[in-house]
Amino acid sequence: MELTTIWFTLIAVLWIGYFTLEGFDFGVGMLLPFLAKDDTERRVMINTIGPVWDGNEVWLLVAGGATFAAFPEWYATLFSGFYLPLLLILVALIVRGVAFEYRAKRDDDQWRGRWDAAIVVGSFLPALLWGVAFANILHGVPIDADKEYAGGFFNLLNPYALLGGVTTLLLFLAHGALFVSLKTDGAIRHRARARAVPLLVAAAAAGVAFLAWTQADTGTATSAVAFVLAALALVGALFSARAGREGRAFAGTFAGIGIAVAGLFLALFPDVMPTTLAGGVDLTTTNAASTAYTLKLMTVFAVVFTPLVLAYQGWTYWVFRKRISVDHIPSTTSSAPAPTATTAP
Amino acid sequence: MDPTDIARWQFAITTVYHFLFVPITIGLSAIIAGYEISWLRTKNPEWLRLTKFFGKLFLINFAIGVVTGIVQEFQFGMNWSDYSRFVGDIFGAPLAVEGLLAFFLESTFLGLWIFGWDRLTPKLHAACIVLVHVGTLFSAYFILAANSWMQHPVGYGYNPDTGRAEMNDFVAVLLNKVQLVTFPHVVLSAYMTGAAFVVGVAFWQMVRKARVEDRSMYRKAVRSGAAVLLAAGIGVAITGDLQGKIMTEVQPMKMASAEALYDTESPAEFSWFTIGTPDGSTEKFAIKTPHLLSFLATGTWDGKVEGINQLREQYQETYGQDPGAKYYSPGDYTPVIPLTYWTFRWMIGLGLLGAGIAAWILLATRKGRTPTGRLLLWSAMALPLLPLFANSMGWIFTEVGRQPWAVFGLMTTAQAVSPGVSAGEVLTSLIVLTAVYGVLAFIEVRLILTYIRRGADPLPEPTDTADPGDRPLAFAY
Ligand code: HDD
Ligand code: HEM
Ligand code: HEM
Repeated sequence: MELTTIWFTLIAVLWIGYFTLEGFDFGVGMLLPFLAKDDTERRVMINTIGPVWDGNEVWLLVAGGATFAAFPEWYATLFSGFYLPLLLILVALIVRGVAFEYRAKRDDDQWRGRWDAAIVVGSFLPALLWGVAFANILHGVPIDADKEYAGGFFNLLNPYALLGGVTTLLLFLAHGALFVSLKTDGAIRHRARARAVPLLVAAAAAGVAFLAWTQADTGTATSAVAFVLAALALVGALFSARAGREGRAFAGTFAGIGIAVAGLFLALFPDVMPTTLAGGVDLTTTNAASTAYTLKLMTVFAVVFTPLVLAYQGWTYWVFRKRISVDHIPSTTSSAPAPTATTAP
Repeated sequence: MDPTDIARWQFAITTVYHFLFVPITIGLSAIIAGYEISWLRTKNPEWLRLTKFFGKLFLINFAIGVVTGIVQEFQFGMNWSDYSRFVGDIFGAPLAVEGLLAFFLESTFLGLWIFGWDRLTPKLHAACIVLVHVGTLFSAYFILAANSWMQHPVGYGYNPDTGRAEMNDFVAVLLNKVQLVTFPHVVLSAYMTGAAFVVGVAFWQMVRKARVEDRSMYRKAVRSGAAVLLAAGIGVAITGDLQGKIMTEVQPMKMASAEALYDTESPAEFSWFTIGTPDGSTEKFAIKTPHLLSFLATGTWDGKVEGINQLREQYQETYGQDPGAKYYSPGDYTPVIPLTYWTFRWMIGLGLLGAGIAAWILLATRKGRTPTGRLLLWSAMALPLLPLFANSMGWIFTEVGRQPWAVFGLMTTAQAVSPGVSAGEVLTSLIVLTAVYGVLAFIEVRLILTYIRRGADPLPEPTDTADPGDRPLAFAY
C-alpha cells in the first residue's frame, strides 16, 4: 500500500475512534436534562463519563495533529476554510470541558444550573457541526487553484450538510442513551433504555437517508458495502435495545457509527477535499501529502504507540466498569464548599 | 485592520493565556507525585492530605489548561494556513507525536488518578500521577522541539518545486541545539511556578491562627516547595545563561534587541535598567556593569557583541533588502526593542526575586520556627505570581525577538497568515475567545481562592461496607 493511503487510513481510524468514543459522551451531555430528574441523577450521568471524556477528546486532537503532519494542505485548507463553524466547535468544547470539572465545585443550584446548560449546549453544537463539516468535505466545497477555500459561511449550510448534521446529532443521542443504560442502575437506567428506542429509530432513519444520499453523490462499491453494514448494525442495535439487551445494543451503535465513518472515508478516497469550482483543484491524498520521509517516520510512531494507547484506554474502561447509581454519589457538602464561603474575595 | 495584526494578537493572547496554566500543571503534577510517594513511603497521613489538597487545586487549573490547548492545536490551520502548508512536513510531526504520546497519557492517567482512589492499589494510584507528569514532560518536549525549529530551522531542505520546507532528519529536529537548552529552561521554570504556588498557599495556611493543629503539615509543604523553587531557580539561571550564548550564535539580532545594543561593543556592558526614548535608540539614564554582556553572550569577558545597526546591514545582505513584512519598530529586521529589552529583564528579575524569597522562607522556617513578619507573609502570598509572570515575559521575549520571522530566515510572520480568512473572521474569533477566556479566568481565580481558603480536608472515616463496589465513589464530579 502506498504511504499516502496508509495515512489516509490512519486518519480515518482516528476519526472513527473520535466519533465512536466522544459520540457517546456528547450524547450523555445532551441528554442530561432529559434522563435525570434531580441533581443526584445528573451527577450519576456525568460520572459515567467522568474518567474517560478527556481521553476520548484526545482522539480529535491526534486526528488534527496527524492531518497537519501527513496532509498539511488538507489541514490548512480545511481549518482556514471552515473557520466559523470550527470556532463554534472550539468554544463549545471549551465550556463543556470546564463545566464537567467545575459544576460540583460549589454547592449552589444556580451555579450548577449554568454549568449544566454549558454541558448541554457544549455537547449539542459539536454533535451537530461535525456532521455538517463531514458532509461538506465529502460533497466538496469551492476550493480555488491555490488550494484556498473560496466560499463563505453559508455555503456550508446546504441541505445535504444539514442532513449530515442531524444524522450525527441523532446517532450520538442514541449512542449516549445506550451508554447511560449500560453504565447506571435504578430509575435512570430504565429511563435511558426507554428513550433509547425512539432515538434509535430516528437515528437509523436519518442515517439511512444520509448514507443513501452520500452513496448517490460520491459513493463507490466499497462504500456501499460499508453503508449497508452500518445500517444493519443500527437496526440490530434497535432490536437489541427493544429486547433490553443493553450491551449488545451499545455494541450495535458503536459498530454502526464506526462502520459508517469508515464508509464515508471510502467514499471520499482518493480525494481528501474535492472542489466544486470549475477552475479549482481537488485536494487528494497525493497533492495534499507530506514527503515520504515524514510519512514513513510517522508510520513508525503510529504503529508503535496506537496499540499502547488502545491498551491503556481499554484498561480504564475496565477499571471503571461498575454501574453507577444514586447510592454511589457522595453528598455534595463533603466535597464542595457552601456558596457563602465564596462571597468574600 | 490588517488580518495579520489581528491574527498576531489572537495568537499572543491565546498562547500566553494557555501558558499561564501549563507551567502550573507541569510543576504541580511533579510535586503532587512527590507527596503521594512520600505518603506511600512514610504512611504519614499529612502527605496524603497534602496530595488531596493540592490535587484539587491542580484539577481546577488543569481543566482550563486542557481546553485552551485545544484552541492551540487548531489555530495554526485557522489563522496561519500558509505557515501550515509551508512547514507541515516538519512542524506537524512533533505536534502529532505530542498528541499520540503525551496527551493520551496525561488525560487517561489523570482520569484514573482522579476517580481511581478506591479502584486501584495505592502503588498503582501513585504511578498514575507519575505518568501524568511524564506526559506533561513529553508534551513540553515535542511542542518545544517544534518551537525551537522555528527559532533555528535544522534537519530540513527547501524544495523549490513545492515551495515547502521538507524534513530530512527528524533526529536533528529533536536534538536541535536550541531545543537542548530551551527544554530544561522551560521545564525548570515550570517547576519554579508549581513550587511557588505550593509555597504561597501553604505559607498562608501555616501562619493562620485558626489552623494550629495543621501547622506541621503545611510546614512540610512550605519547606519542600521552597527547596524545589530555589533549586529550580538556580537551574533556570544556568540554562538561561547557556541559552544566551546559543541565541547569540543563531539569532544575534535577538541578543542585540534584548540589550537594546545599537552599536557593536567589545567588551560589551550589561545594562540593568535604562530610561530613554520610546524606541530605545537614545538613552538618558542607565545602570550598567562593564564586561557582563560579553560574558553572557559569548562566555568570555572581552567578547564582541554585535549591535542592531551592524546586524541590520548583515541581515539585509543575507536575506534581501525588503523582508516583505511591516514592523512595529523602525528599521528592517528589527523587533520591537523596548518590548524585548524589558521582557528580558522582567523575566530574569521576577524569577530571581521568587528564588530569593524562597531562600528567605527556608531560612525563616528552619528548625521548626514559624515566622510572623508581615513582610514575609506578603512576599509569600505574592510568590506564586512571580515565576508565573516571568514565564509569560520569557515567551513574549522569545517570540517577539524572533520577529519579523515566523520561521527564522525562511518565512516572515506576514507571509504565514491565512490568505483566505477575512479580517472580520479573525476579529470575531479574537473577540469571542478573549471574552470566553476572560470569563473563565474570573471563575477559576475565585474557585481556586475558595479552595485555598478551605485548606486540606480531614481524612474520611474508614467505612466498613463489605463490598467496596457499594460504597459511594471516592471522588465524583
Ligand atoms: C506563552 C507564550 C508562547 C508560546 C508557548 C509560544 N509562543 Fe509563539 N508567540 C508568542 C508566545 C508564545 C507571542 C509572544 O504571543 C507572539 C509573539 C508576538 C505575537 O504577536 O505573539 C508569538 C508569535 C507566534 C506566531 C506568529 C504571530 C506573530 O509572531 O506575531 C507564530 C506562528 C508562533 N508564535 C508560533 C508558535 C509555536 C508554533 C509555538 C509552539 C510550538 C509557540 N509559538 C509557542
Ligand atoms: C503553541 C503551541 C502549542 C500547542 C499547539 C499546544 C497544544 C495543546 C493541546 C491541544 C493541549 C490539550 C491536551 C489535553 O486535552 O490534554 C495542551 C495542553 C498542554 N500543553 Fe500545550 N500547546 C502549545 C504550547 C505549549 C508549550 C510551549 C508547552 C510546554 C512547554 C505546552 C505544554 C502543555 C501541557 C503540559 C499541557 C497539559 C496540561 C495543561 O494543559 O495544563 N504547551 N497543549
Ligand atoms: C538568570 C536568569 C535567566 C536567564 C539568563 C534567562 C535567559 C533566557 C534566554 C536567553 C531566553 C531566550 C532563548 C531564546 O529565545 O533562544 C529565555 C527564554 C525563556 N525564559 Fe528565561 N532566563 C532566566 C530566568 C528565567 C526565569 C526565572 C523564568 C521563569 C520562571 C524564565 C522563563 C523563560 C521562558 C518561559 C522562556 C521562553 C522559552 C525559551 O525560549 O526557553 N527564565 N530565557
